[in-house]
Amino acid sequence: MDNRGYYDGFGGAFIPEILVATFDELVDAYMDAKADSGFWREYEQIMSSYSCRPTPLTFAGNLTEHFGGAKIYIKREDLNHTGAHKANNVMGQGLLVKRMGKKRVIAETGAGQHGVATATMAARFGFNCTIYMGEVDVERQRPNVFWMERLGAEVIPVKEGTRILKDAINEAFRDWVTNMDTTHYVLGTACGPHPFPEMVTYFQSIIGKEARKQILELEGVLPKRVYACVGGGSNAMGIFSDFMDDPVELVGVEAGGEGLESSRHASRLSSKDASIGVAQGYKTYFLQDDDGQMKETHSIAAGLDYVGVSPILSHLKETGRVRFEAAMDHEVVDALSFTIRKEGLIPALESSHAFVQAFKEASELSGDDILIINQSGRGDKDIFTVADAFKDPGWEKFIIKKAEGYNA
Amino acid sequence: MLKSYLREQRTKKDILLMTHIVLGYPSFKESFRIVEEMVEAGVDIMELQIPFSEPIADGAVILKANQRSLAAGSTVEKCIAFAEKAIQTFNIPFLFMSYYNILFKYGVRQFAEVMAETGLKGAIVPDLPPEEGAEYIEAMADHKLAPIFIFTPTTSMERMKKIAGYADGFIYCVARRGVTGADTEFSLEFQKYLERCRSATDLPLALGFGVKEKSDIDFLRGKVDIAVVGTQTIRIVEKEGVDAVGGFIRGLRS
Ligand SMILES: Cc1ncc(COP(=O)(O)O)c(C=O)c1O
Repeated sequence: MDNRGYYDGFGGAFIPEILVATFDELVDAYMDAKADSGFWREYEQIMSSYSCRPTPLTFAGNLTEHFGGAKIYIKREDLNHTGAHKANNVMGQGLLVKRMGKKRVIAETGAGQHGVATATMAARFGFNCTIYMGEVDVERQRPNVFWMERLGAEVIPVKEGTRILKDAINEAFRDWVTNMDTTHYVLGTACGPHPFPEMVTYFQSIIGKEARKQILELEGVLPKRVYACVGGGSNAMGIFSDFMDDPVELVGVEAGGEGLESSRHASRLSSKDASIGVAQGYKTYFLQDDDGQMKETHSIAAGLDYVGVSPILSHLKETGRVRFEAAMDHEVVDALSFTIRKEGLIPALESSHAFVQAFKEASELSGDDILIINQSGRGDKDIFTVADAFKDPGWEKFIIKKAEGYNA
Repeated sequence: MLKSYLREQRTKKDILLMTHIVLGYPSFKESFRIVEEMVEAGVDIMELQIPFSEPIADGAVILKANQRSLAAGSTVEKCIAFAEKAIQTFNIPFLFMSYYNILFKYGVRQFAEVMAETGLKGAIVPDLPPEEGAEYIEAMADHKLAPIFIFTPTTSMERMKKIAGYADGFIYCVARRGVTGADTEFSLEFQKYLERCRSATDLPLALGFGVKEKSDIDFLRGKVDIAVVGTQTIRIVEKEGVDAVGGFIRGLRS
């Protein structure tokens, strides 16, 4: 590996020696695929026939009218198969796995979206599949566990550490260092050692390519701002990458949890709590203490509840190319509820973070300005969390009755 | 120099023993007694692991030890103070083992400096390949400390030679794929791997991962210079207590 994937000091490949040959092989396969003009076409073809690409860019007329400022457009990644942008990365890496001739895939998952997407890809391509998921996330995203298991994946609840996404990543690495001869690790976001940040961005860039073309077709002008939520950073990098050289402001929204002062959040780039470190194979901003021990994070959205962030986004923060904000749990629930009522759209809790910030800013802008919000996923999977947040009495009764039915 | 110490020890013993502990597990007090038991039982060199919250190269047993140690309040400062006391008390070389973030946050140069002041002889950093370690390699050399690098069964001969060029003290040969704590099959293929390691460098060779009993050490005698025992002593401490460590270590080479 000669190019070690550095973005002005962020990134790199801090991998144990046992994996060096595996990464060399992966870098070669990825570079070959990228250089092969047929590969991207094959990728687009599978994304249009198996998933729902191109996904629409929906004009949100009611939200626009309500805020009385910029025109609001929503990029509909929720309409992908399995309901999130995760499908893009997973099918792309699946095609690479076929090229490498491997027979088994493993993945970490937080919200469960990436796990479900990986499990569908494995079912479709005939790979064995193991998913690592923190025990806390297994609890809060049970429906996704159910689907992963139906799809034939083995779901291993991770009981170590903070029992969420970062711990699932550690366990996936432990599996990989043991089984790399047969196995590819389908990392779910634009983090980890090189080439993952670049490669995941490459597959997710399909979002931005479409969105840019769509807005020019619909409006004939570029948007003023583009909003995306930031967990590891893959949907944000995906929609941002095609606007990078345009005069478009890019806004990443992190999980503000219970507030940036509370320490119960997952804001690496918009809080002062993070510092530069090296963990999970790459250098970036981490929520860590002075000794370099990773801290516990919190978000209502499992998919944003992570200590690190894409090294490419850390770089874009330093250069000022991307602005970072944080949305708090209660703001997220309000924005979700509002979007459901106004537009009949159901964004995931993760995606709703981007909506929060766009709603704060829409009315400051003029009617000639355009905002695009990336709706990275759909929210039906969050029904348990959302119903609790809404304190929905009918739902609670239903669950109690259902439980009684099992106990009878 | 670590290398010359190891060479000299090898003229007296046909295989050397390196043991590993996680500092602060079960407690710093017990860690010190474990070191005492090990040194009295004839261990030749020890690696002291500074716990890290994300030890990706370690299996379940050492992972848990890292987490318990941190939960009980271990800090890098306490680990350095522990090393200082151990070095003043016992006359064998000690190494630090940890993950790169611990060094990075401390400041790589400062870390090397404090290691040298404390009397440590080198370090093992399993998530730092030499390509990412320019600053570390330089800082270690400035303080005459040995950066221990790693060979594995998936490392090509060409790469082994390159790695050996950065290393000092000895080479840590990982016995197999996987993380610490699982069993290793000491097979013919394994023997071929050791021969490759041997031909790639003149540095002393240590072999670790899965070494846990006398028959393993017997197999390794004549093939490598140092046998590394890690997870097994943690298991012994957990099952039989600190007092059982000395007997276990003596039994390995008797
Ligand atoms: C719907 C949705 N959006 C966003 C994310 C966050 O990931 P990333 O920042 O990589 O897009 C997740 C992660 O699980 C997700 O499921």
